[in-house]
Amino acid sequence: MSFEQILFYLFSGVLVLSAGAVITVRNPVHAAMFLVLCFVTTSALWLLLEAEFLAITLVLVYVGAVMVLFLFVVMMLDINLARMREGFARYLPIGGIVAATAVGIMGLAVGRINFGLDVWPAPPARAADYSNTRELGEQLYTTYVYPFEIASVVLLVAIVAAIALTLRTRPGTRYQKIEEQVVVKKSDRLRVVQLESEGRK
Amino acid sequence: MIALSDYLTVAALLFGLSMAGIFINRKNVIILLMCIELMLLAVNINFVAFSHYLGDSAGQVFVFFILTVAAAEAAIGLAILVVLFRNRRSINVDDLDTLKG
Repeated sequence: MSFEQILFYLFSGVLVLSAGAVITVRNPVHAAMFLVLCFVTTSALWLLLEAEFLAITLVLVYVGAVMVLFLFVVMMLDINLARMREGFARYLPIGGIVAATAVGIMGLAVGRINFGLDVWPAPPARAADYSNTRELGEQLYTTYVYPFEIASVVLLVAIVAAIALTLRTRPGTRYQKIEEQVVVKKSDRLRVVQLESEGRK
Repeated sequence: MIALSDYLTVAALLFGLSMAGIFINRKNVIILLMCIELMLLAVNINFVAFSHYLGDSAGQVFVFFILTVAAAEAAIGLAILVVLFRNRRSINVDDLDTLKG
């Protein structure tokens, strides 16, 4: 067994076990933590596949941003865990049957007969100075530049939608009205009163 | 050497587990969102594995776009969840019966 194979079985074992934990643990915070473990082990698998840029992106974007967002929301909400677990045992058999059937069918399709090493030989390792980031960048900014722009628009729409959905203005809160403060004139605020001076008594 | 079928099998297992998760956690919207993320991850593993064995980086570009869309989906989904909790004081799927569905 080569070193690569040991790494592959180690990381995929951890990946499958933590995916199982995500769907079975009681506490959503623990589920989010196991999902983080899933993403980290997947990025290790992608490193084995020589997809370095995507492996780092997965850790940065998913573990660093999306999962933190998940954790924020989980901790912000006050969830009744007991009610959430209702029906867990009831749906466990049918869920297991459906998943086992799907995995069985997919396993038949993706087994060693169709995708083994003799049918799909492993490509030779890349040279030491090969840059995955450079190759992806060249693809992204030439062939896929239009989808790339659309992706940025999608992200912008997501930002606007998320803020618009969660924005809340409470009634009765006092705000500054900056524009009124800026256009105010001296005559609006200041009244010079001419007073009759009185002599000393 | 690691065969392509090994990667595909791991991805299939991951997909099956997340499918089972959607069945057994059907009350909890947060876990459902996490299961969707797991499914997308399984698909991404397939894309990267095929990209490696075909020697074509187009698959990795696709994974990049899937990651973008999945991040947007997670942000909007969680925002909807927060608004839902603010209005209904619950994220139980059974309580979401305003449309009588």
